[in-house]
Amino acid sequence: MSEATTQAVSQEGMTGMVGDWSADRQAYHVPWGKAMMWIFLVSDTFIFSCFLIGYLNVRVTTTDPWPPQSEIFALSFGGDPIPLILIAIMTFVLITSSGTMALAVNFGYQKDKAKTFLLICTTAAFGATFVGMQAFEWSKLIAEGVRPWGNPFGAPQFGSVFFMVTGFHGLHVTGGVIYLLWVALRVKRGYYDNKGYEIVEIAGLYWHFVDLVWVFIFAFFYLL
Amino acid sequence: MAYVPLADQDQDMEMHHPHSWVEKYVWSQDHKVIAIQYGGLAVLTGIVGLVLSLLFRMQLGFPESVNFVDPNFYYQAVTMHGMIMVVYFLTALFLGGFGNYMVPLMLGARDMVFPFLNMMSVWTFLISVIILMASFFVGGGPTGAGWTLYPPQTTMAGTPGHDAGIILMLVSLAVFVVAFTMGGLNYVVTILQYRCRGMTLMRMPLTIWGIFVATVLGLFAFPALLVACIMMMFDTVLGTSFFMPAVLESGTPLDYEGGSPILFQHLFWFFGHPEVYIVALPAFGLVSDVLSVHARKNIFGYRMMVWAIIAIGGLSFIVWAHHMYVSGMNPYFGFFFATTTLIIAVPTALKVYNWLLTLWEGDIRLNAPMYFAIGFIFTFIHGGLTGLFLGNVVIDLPLSDTYFVVAHFHLVMGVSPILVLFAALYHWYPKISGRMYNETMAKVHFWFTFLGAYAIYLPMHYLGFLGVPRRYYALGNTDFIPLSAQDLNSSITIAALIVGASQILFFINIIGSLKWGKKADPNPWGAASLEWQTPDTPPVHGNWGENLPTVYRWAYDYSVPGAAEDFIPQNVPESEAAAAQDAKSPESNGE
Repeated sequence: MSEATTQAVSQEGMTGMVGDWSADRQAYHVPWGKAMMWIFLVSDTFIFSCFLIGYLNVRVTTTDPWPPQSEIFALSFGGDPIPLILIAIMTFVLITSSGTMALAVNFGYQKDKAKTFLLICTTAAFGATFVGMQAFEWSKLIAEGVRPWGNPFGAPQFGSVFFMVTGFHGLHVTGGVIYLLWVALRVKRGYYDNKGYEIVEIAGLYWHFVDLVWVFIFAFFYLL
Repeated sequence: MAYVPLADQDQDMEMHHPHSWVEKYVWSQDHKVIAIQYGGLAVLTGIVGLVLSLLFRMQLGFPESVNFVDPNFYYQAVTMHGMIMVVYFLTALFLGGFGNYMVPLMLGARDMVFPFLNMMSVWTFLISVIILMASFFVGGGPTGAGWTLYPPQTTMAGTPGHDAGIILMLVSLAVFVVAFTMGGLNYVVTILQYRCRGMTLMRMPLTIWGIFVATVLGLFAFPALLVACIMMMFDTVLGTSFFMPAVLESGTPLDYEGGSPILFQHLFWFFGHPEVYIVALPAFGLVSDVLSVHARKNIFGYRMMVWAIIAIGGLSFIVWAHHMYVSGMNPYFGFFFATTTLIIAVPTALKVYNWLLTLWEGDIRLNAPMYFAIGFIFTFIHGGLTGLFLGNVVIDLPLSDTYFVVAHFHLVMGVSPILVLFAALYHWYPKISGRMYNETMAKVHFWFTFLGAYAIYLPMHYLGFLGVPRRYYALGNTDFIPLSAQDLNSSITIAALIVGASQILFFINIIGSLKWGKKADPNPWGAASLEWQTPDTPPVHGNWGENLPTVYRWAYDYSVPGAAEDFIPQNVPESEAAAAQDAKSPESNGE
């Protein structure tokens, strides 16, 4: 074995760096699943980037004025309507869920099955709440006459982008909730005692990504 | 149990052992079976694409006497031919077929890292092919919008298949992207994380490098296609206006406004250009290995070959708009994309020089794979040179949408990768099947294919210079096109029919040799890379028997002075190789 592993004499500069990095059996010292999740997330980033770039593009090309989001996404609780209040709560919920997920990862590595299970379930519950509020938002807009092909407030692309981008993100959240519940169930049954608890972190990576994507959707679609 | 680095683990991964015939050959998780399923399905789809091309070529060659091709079917055939060949044939065969077969074997692994996901990939691919083929049987037929599917004409009445055909095409592409992602993640993670001892990245055969970079390109480029498909689907089904501007149809305005057809072009070509290299890079890798083995020389400039593959892969993401010079973009934009496009010629030319220098003073063995590999160098140089014309904005504008473009991309990304496919299939056939193919028949097949390809595509350059536009059903009486252009078209069609028919030789050869071919040696070409060193031929489930191999050298130790044979396999340690040399040297001293 030593013959195979010691032959790479360390060199300086670029050549040395490439040599060092490529010399091991693994390029990254992480489990296979984690490496795969990272690469998948980069690929998924391209999908959401394309959606957002497409959105920015049609917002420029459309001939009608863009509807005023802060008025459309306003809710009133008895008094004056508060702009973007629902979206703010949704964002808060989703970011909180990232916090509980991070705690779940921590307790997972400590092999505290009860706490891990509880925290993943909390995360999933926050996720489900988010999807529920999104469903409320969709039905509110649909009741106001917003459709993918047109709306009473201005550019038809507003509705198209809204349903497409939030829908695609909502599918990611829904999928994430199912994935988390599945992991939680297996944690509870002790399935990972032999395999190791990296899977909690891998599921967490996905969850944080979905969260991060929402931040961009929030910034580009609701605020811009 | 916490995570343990691979180097400190016991050797074996958990294997899924099949229990029945169905689990072994149908719902198989073995990468080799999956590779053959992927490859076989891709070839079957490719045959459909080939037949379609012959049908519309007959219309072009003999417009008066051919009456079974009407204008609608002509457009549908052209469209489906393009899409099938690029996506469902070449991409699937190189990455799904060769990627699956070669990656674990060449890396000394037992299988892909996630065999179940790998199996899902091939079955999802089957679904996408079924959806695609279903479009031939729906009302209105498959889409006839051209393989680029440019809106707004794609979804407007008058374009054949504007109703059901286009929807099936978009769904099929989206499903294909899912299938590719599942397979692609597997290839990338296997290459990065699951190599045998001693197999450093810089000792991997170039085949693996080509497949690796191509897969990374696929993972980052296919998202743009997926998004474009989703948006166009919304435009078609829901009546949104992502890609549709305000537009008239037969004088009446449609319910669209404010969309951007150019946005589709950007998304499509952001996928479409890397797609060219998704097809080309595995071909570069495979041909490098074939050339090196049959020239009995190490590949010239291995490290530079690797860097060239990486550089081409990186550059391919910033050249997409050279497909859109005629879309009316800002001249500075065109300038930028022309510059990046021409810069790609540098690493590409480097690769061509290195192939030629690999042949230089080599001990060339003219086996059938070598015929095809050398043929590839010819067609690739010719196709590449016309790329220099088309990469320049001013020269591209008059040549755009003429047969010059058709000739260019068919030579460079149609014929060239297909010649490599044949080279690779003949080269690895003994390992995959355990039998030898018929050498004479393979060489006859080569001459038909190679000369035929030139007979088809060289005249097309001339048609392009005359200004003959592509995708026209018939030329008719047009002032600027001389009547002789039609004669050229007829001769192209005849050549195409002969080349198409000659492919039967290939199928007779590889299918017949399964039964009648003589039993192959484990390593008939004397190749040094790992896949030829398996204990069984063809390799069995798990690939390596008891112990995984250990690698001590790169894959290109050919014509080594004093070696026992003229090559040293990757898994032979220094000590053994030196011992073999010592054993040989007394004789040579005595002389």
